[in-house]
Formats: sequence, structure tokens, C-alpha cells
Amino acid sequence: MAEYALKVRRFQPESGEGPYWETFDVDLDPTLSVLDGLLQAKDRDDGSLSVRCSCRAAICGSCGVRINGQSALACKTQIGEAMEHANRNNGERAGGARTNGSQSEPIVVEPMGNMPVIKDLVTDMEATHWKKIRRVTPWLLPEGDPPEREYLVPPESMIDITQSMACIQCGACVSACLSMEADPDFIGPAALAKAYRFVGDPRDAETTERLHDLANDPHGIYDCTHCFSCIDACPKGVAPMDQIMRLRRAAGAEGIDDANNGHRHEDAFASIIEKKGTLDEAELLQETYAPGVKGKLMPRPSAIKGLVESIPTAVRGIGTGKMRSLPKLIPGIHPKLPGDSQEQVRRIYAHTEEHSIELNLYIKGEEAEGDAPVEEGAAVPERAVGPEPDEGEAPTGDTGPEADTSKGPQGTEHGQADPGPPESGRPGPGGAA
Amino acid sequence: MPDHDVLVIGAGLAGQRAALAAAEDGVSVGIISKVHPVRSHSNAAQGGINAALNPGDSWESHAFDTVKGSDYLGDQDAIEIMTREAPEEILHLEHLGVTFHRNEEGKLGTRAFGGASAARTYYVADITGQAIMHVLYEQLMKYSDEVARYEEYFTTALAIDDDGECVGAVCRNVRDGAMELFSAKSVILATGGNGQAWQPTTNALICTGDGIAMAYRVGAKLMDMEMIQYHPTTLAGKGFLITEGARGEGAHLLNAKGERFMERYAPNKMELASRDVVSRAEQTEIDEGRGFPDGTVALDITVVPRKRIHEALREIVLVGRDFAGVDITREPIHIKPGNHYTMGGIKTDVWGRTDVPGLYAAGEVACVSVHGGNRLGANSLLDTLIFGRRSGEDAAERAKGRESARTTQAILDNEEAMVAEVIAREKGSGRRVSEIRKELGQTMDKYAAVFRDQAGLEQGLEVVRRLKEEAESCYIDDRGTVFNQDVLGAIELGFMLDNAEATCVAAIHRTESRGAQFRTDFPERNDGEWLKHIDLAKNGTGPEISYSEVTMTQWEPQERTY
Repeated sequence: MAEYALKVRRFQPESGEGPYWETFDVDLDPTLSVLDGLLQAKDRDDGSLSVRCSCRAAICGSCGVRINGQSALACKTQIGEAMEHANRNNGERAGGARTNGSQSEPIVVEPMGNMPVIKDLVTDMEATHWKKIRRVTPWLLPEGDPPEREYLVPPESMIDITQSMACIQCGACVSACLSMEADPDFIGPAALAKAYRFVGDPRDAETTERLHDLANDPHGIYDCTHCFSCIDACPKGVAPMDQIMRLRRAAGAEGIDDANNGHRHEDAFASIIEKKGTLDEAELLQETYAPGVKGKLMPRPSAIKGLVESIPTAVRGIGTGKMRSLPKLIPGIHPKLPGDSQEQVRRIYAHTEEHSIELNLYIKGEEAEGDAPVEEGAAVPERAVGPEPDEGEAPTGDTGPEADTSKGPQGTEHGQADPGPPESGRPGPGGAA
Repeated sequence: MPDHDVLVIGAGLAGQRAALAAAEDGVSVGIISKVHPVRSHSNAAQGGINAALNPGDSWESHAFDTVKGSDYLGDQDAIEIMTREAPEEILHLEHLGVTFHRNEEGKLGTRAFGGASAARTYYVADITGQAIMHVLYEQLMKYSDEVARYEEYFTTALAIDDDGECVGAVCRNVRDGAMELFSAKSVILATGGNGQAWQPTTNALICTGDGIAMAYRVGAKLMDMEMIQYHPTTLAGKGFLITEGARGEGAHLLNAKGERFMERYAPNKMELASRDVVSRAEQTEIDEGRGFPDGTVALDITVVPRKRIHEALREIVLVGRDFAGVDITREPIHIKPGNHYTMGGIKTDVWGRTDVPGLYAAGEVACVSVHGGNRLGANSLLDTLIFGRRSGEDAAERAKGRESARTTQAILDNEEAMVAEVIAREKGSGRRVSEIRKELGQTMDKYAAVFRDQAGLEQGLEVVRRLKEEAESCYIDDRGTVFNQDVLGAIELGFMLDNAEATCVAAIHRTESRGAQFRTDFPERNDGEWLKHIDLAKNGTGPEISYSEVTMTQWEPQERTY
């Protein structure tokens, strides 16, 4: 048993007052959860303290809150660890030196972000989270009548989308999403992860339509800024951002030239780094809008518009010092990497092309396991060459080979060159060059 | 006043399946849940769902395993229906989009489970219940014009008209505290089990036996209430579930000496004997001093290949890591039998009809009975879906030929007064709800657990009856209307106490050992006297006992060994 202080951001809508802080002293084993602490406060001190909760075991998704600023499930956060975290936070704020000796900092518990608060720690999930979920047509759209037996699908395709199915709709990723802070209309990590569950499902017949929809929506897949916050927040390892990147790769493979220039921007990003080793930002804009010689000789009308509209961004780049040196301003004079570094970058590109596999949680386990690597054969094989259902037996609703090739869980060439490290930055066995 | 042909109360698997089935019949449907539907406890079902769908398997084999698992207390006509209709239901779920595990040919793949003579458990890793429930909720979103969803509405009572028919329910909108009368031609209860009356339990905090108590209060009979399943693998302390799928994948049970003790209790099926058998074996090891000092034995999952653990048992890797601090891929985890499932419930026929006209029940709240004295693993999801669908279909048919139900304002006034009375109780005037709840849980886990006897059960009943009195005056802190969880907690406490009383009364009455009811003072099964159900009906203050026959079709009782 140990004593903890829970500093809870409270809001009682009927009081006519604004939100306020209240600290509850609780007394429990450090391995118990922040939720156990909240329930003890509720049971002993104040039954009006409101928090949604049910299973206590990180499966029902009710108790999403922010603990010391981090979006999480209260039931899955050990109270002892939360206190250490609170103390560490305070240490950092105080410039590395703890100000108050051995005394513990309170654990700060707030309602989730990016959602209206109903009361205390209870947020309005319907107004935000569920509305966004419904935005992605969240049900299977198979073609025609179902077959007499089951749909025949490659086993690895089901394992692949099971990572999205592991989502418990707790909203922690929505709470943590930085893009949504800037653009409240962003469809967001949870709904897009849900969308991948259908895009990656070979039984769904509307993959192309779904991808066009999500790529062309200004608040869709290209609205994600790749900040990894949702991956950190997700209590179930769904890694919503990874699912968004899969949607982007699938959209790219589908040849969707989206109205947001998202795909062309990714392409430009990847090819510049392949060529130069680092990002030539001056070249990025023009390559995004008018790629290659052809793009420059015959610019699309939208390219000129896009470039003109980007001038303020470029000016800001100069203003903030991001493009401060002369070589960085003149396209093409960007310095190449020294020595054989450039060659190494190329080798990374080549390696990822050869090993274009993705290892989801149901294959590689929870953490990167240095001492027990998953053997190559256990990885997701190329879906495009996956077992094809026998024509005679193929159920009517199954997707044809054409749709199949576009739905691979594995990365495409664009995908693997994506600037972010694959699989939340943990070195996967396939990617450890 | 919301008015529907069919009103479903509870939105776990049984409720959602019932609502979809009724909507398919073209009637207007409303579904009410005290939590958001995807928070329902069905999502805790990890291991899978049984169906004899593989070539070479048969529904008869599935049915026999279920009959034997039930210790011959299951009704064989209902079990036949459930097992015959299982394959079609699995295929239906697959067509809706459930991401079932596939074999190398791309067909549905299976795993082994306890008490089953063939590998016939279909699964999605170890999140099967969650995956199915989220897919059904996808369908509810798809058919939102046909099915009205009332999410976070807490039902306090059923509405009965002058003819004794169920015509609706009174609910409190959790969000704003408004009490509303819902009118319906048919009402389906799908509110789940009562595990929270025991502590610890694998059950979620919402599993407070609401439907069982509400039906009992309006005159529906309860059946087999003494049959409470203790699951063999739960974490000590918090009671979290470790799926039977772990043993299905080959995990061993070991005592403190490192012995695979199931050899002595079930030499053929070993760890995959029926749950009551395995739980008793564990409890015997613990009671006779061969367990660990923390009152547990060990589950060794390290014998399962690591790749298979990641693919099929990921959820329990998380449970071990986050809630026990144990990496189950590297070391055994300490477990013990823990409260898990309510085999008994509201007595229904094979269409979910209760003794109250217009009132249906499906899923864990109901007792058809397909589980009898002991439920087999991976039969609970099946029960919810088969009898959820059948209830939905029959409730819709019933509603079609009827005029709009006539509800009366009186019932609403009653419930409003009841809530107001609870809120108005003076602080400090009695005990806190949480204190009574805790004492109830500990009492039931002490006296109505794996091993029972007359003296203990009578003591338990005495405590429960005292707690019922104390609950009349327990007080709460929250006087508000918005999200007042405090007042709902007080109402739930009343529901749990009714459930606990019924269990104690039935367990005292059944003077034999069958399935989950093991009486140390009557250690043998007694078919001559006790091959029958105990039915309970509310009469004045307590339950009145009567009996009903067990329906036999083709399986005569035999000695039960594994």
C-alpha cells in the first residue's frame, strides 16, 4: 500500500461554475491502476466524481482520460508508474532539479482532449469520435449476395486487419491527435484506422471508392502530420498512424492523384531523399506540383495554382531561417551527403524494396524482441502472390485479382520510402538494415 | 414517449443480434443500453465461438459435448437447436465482416477448447467477442433508420399492463437524468449476467444482474440460479480472465511442486476438461497445500510456440504484462478459479419467451437452458447469437399482429419517486453503497463459490438479507441529474442483492453435487432426486421454489469423466 494524490480536473455542469481542480488522497497498491484510485476516491470520499468505466481490464474502452497530460486508459495505467511520471515531469519543469525533496507530485487526471466535456472525466464521444467513425462508412460493402460458405481469403489478410479490429474505440488517439487540434474536421486516427479495416479486407468491394473518398477529402488521410501521438496514446497497439500510412500506400498504388497533392508530395519527398540523401526543401515544392522534366515543360493548371499558393509558405521558410543559406534557396545546388553516405541511403531504399513487408502486432508481438527475432518466414508474404481462390470455388462476392493487388498489407515503393520509421519507430526485424 | 414494436434492453451480442433480427422482419426496433453498446461485456469473451462446421464434425457431437458439459441439466431440445443452427450463424457473421482466423486454404480455421471432442472453436485471435460485437455494431450503424439506438439509457423497471403483459420499460437518460417511459409491443431483455455480486470476478462493473432482477420483480420465473461458473484461470486479486484458449493452444496447469496435477483429475482431457472439473481440481490443490502461498496455481503458457502466442493470444500477453507484471511468453502466471458466468437466469423457452407475455430474454440473462450445470467454453457467444436472433424474430412476429401497447403513467411516477427517494436520503443516515457492495461480493465469494455446504450457504443468505435491509437506507453523495452514476449504483445494488438471494436459496435447496454446484455435504450427483431444474418466483418477500423437468431427447445421463 502507498499513498497517492490524484489531482482531478472537475466540472459539474449544474453548478454554474467553470472547471476546477480537486485533489483526492488515495491509498492503494502501486500495481493497481489510476482507475482503481479514482474509484476509491468515488467510493470513500465523493460519489459525484464521474468517470466512465466498466471492464477494468483495457477491453471495453470506457475510461479514456489524460494522465499527466498523456492520453490513456485509466485502468491500464498503474498508479505507481503514474506517480513516477508525475515526479519526472515536475523534475523536468524545474530544470532537472527536484524542488520539493522527497515529496511526491500529484497525479494529474483530466478529461480527454479534442472533445467537449459533459461532467468531470466524462466527455461527449458521440459529438466527435462516433461522428467521425460514421464518416468512413464503417460497415462491409461486399459485392452481390454472399457465397454459400465463407468467403475464401488469404489467412494473412485477416491477421493484417485484425490489428485495426483490435481497436476498442476508447478515443485516446483522438484525444492525443495534434492534427485534430489544428483541424477539428480531420477524420482522425480512430476513424481512419477503422477505414483500413475495410480497405484491407478482401471481402469489401468498394476499396477504390473508399480510397478516392479518403484521399480527396481535405480532412482525410493526407491531413495527418505524422506526429506519432496516436501511436503513443493507443492502449491496444493499433498504431492508428500506421494504418493511415497503409491507406496512403494503398491510395498511391491505386494511382489516386488526389486533390490535396498528398500523394505527389510523398512521391517527391521520397525521390528527393533517394537522390540526395537529405531533403532539398527548395526542390520539394516544385517537385510536388510539377514533378520531373515533363512536369515542368507541361505544368498542369493546378500545379501553377499550387505553386503560387505556396509562396507564403516559402516566404515563411526564409523568415524563420529554415531556408537560410543560399544553396538551400537555389534548387539543384543542395549539397549531397559526404563520403559513401549517399550510397548507404540508396542501399536502404533497395533493402526496403526487397523486403516490402509489414509486421503487425499479431505477427511480431508487442515489443521489438532483440533476443528472439521473428523468422523471415513468419512475416506477411506478398499479398499480390498470395493464394488465389480457385475459380470454381470462388464465392461470388470475393474480390477479383485486380482489387487484390491493391490491398496488400505490405508497403509499396512509395510507402517504404515514407519519411517516418515504419511500425512506430521500433526496429522491426525486416527493417533493421 | 418513444414507442417501438420491439424494444431491446441491453446491447451486447444478444441484444444487438436480437435488434438486427427483429429489424430484418420489418418492425420498428429500439435498443437501449446503460453504456455505449461497444462497452458491453460481450467484448471480454476472448477465446471463440463453437460450431460443428468442419467436415467430419457433427452437430450431434457438439450437442453431446454440451449435454455432458452441463452435467445433464441442460435441456436437450434447446441444445439441439443451438448446435444445429451454429454453423449457419458463423457463416452469417463471416459474411457481415467478422475477421475470423483462416487456415492455409483461406477457409475458416479452428482451435481446440475445453470439454469439446473436436477442434470446433472459431476465433479472431483472442478478441473474438470484441470483434463480433464491433461488427454487429457496424451493422447497427448501417441500419440506423430501422433500429433506434438509445445509448447510455439506464432501465430501472419493466412496464406491465393490467393484463399482466410486458408493454415497455422505464429508463433514465444517463446524460440528463430525465426519466422516460418506453412503450413496446414486445420487450427483449439482454442485460447479461450478475458477476458483480461476487468479488473478485472476471465480470465488468456493469454486470449487476439488472435484467434478472427486473424480470423477477414483475413475476417472471428464474431457473438454475445456483449454477454460477468459476472460471479456472483468473488472476488473483482483480479476477481478470485468462482465456481458456491458452489451454486450447497447449498451456499447462502446474501446482507449486511443478506437477501437472490435472493428470490426477482428468487423465484423458487434462487441462481441457470441463471448467467445473478444472476449477475443482485447482481449488483442491490449493486447499490441500500444493498451491502457491498467494492461494494460486500456475498456468504455463511458455510451452506454446512464441509465434503462436503473438498470433493467437496477444490479449493475454497484455493482461499478464499490464495487470500482473508477468511476461507470459517467458514465465508461468499465477491463477485461481474465479467468478465468471451465470448459467441460470430468467427461464425461457427456445424462442426466448419468459413466463410474462411479451417479455423475452436472451444471452447470459436468460436460462433456456443450454448450459445446465456448467457452460462449455465458447458456447456463451453462440448462446447469445442463436437465442438473440430467435428472440428478435419471435418478438417481431408477436408485435406484428398487435395494437400499440398501452402503458400507464403510474409506472413512470413510481420510478421517479423511487429515484427521488434515493437521492433525498440524508448523508450519513446509513451505509455507503460501496460498503454494502463490497460486503456482498466477499460474502458470495466465500459461501457460493467452488465448494459449498449448507452451513456456509445459510450464513451467506443471512448476510444477503441483512444487506437488503441496509440497502433500503444507504445514501449517496450526488444530487445532480447529469451523469449521476451514484444513484444508478444504488439501483444496481438492489438488483445484485435480488440475484444473490436467489442463488443462495437455490444452492441451499439443491442437496446434491452437479456441475458448478458442488456440495461438500452432498458430494454425489443424485439423478433420482435432482435431475430437474429449480425455478424461483417472487412471492411476497422471498423466492418461492418450484421445479421443472429437464427435457431429454437422445442422451441419457451417464457418469461424467474427462
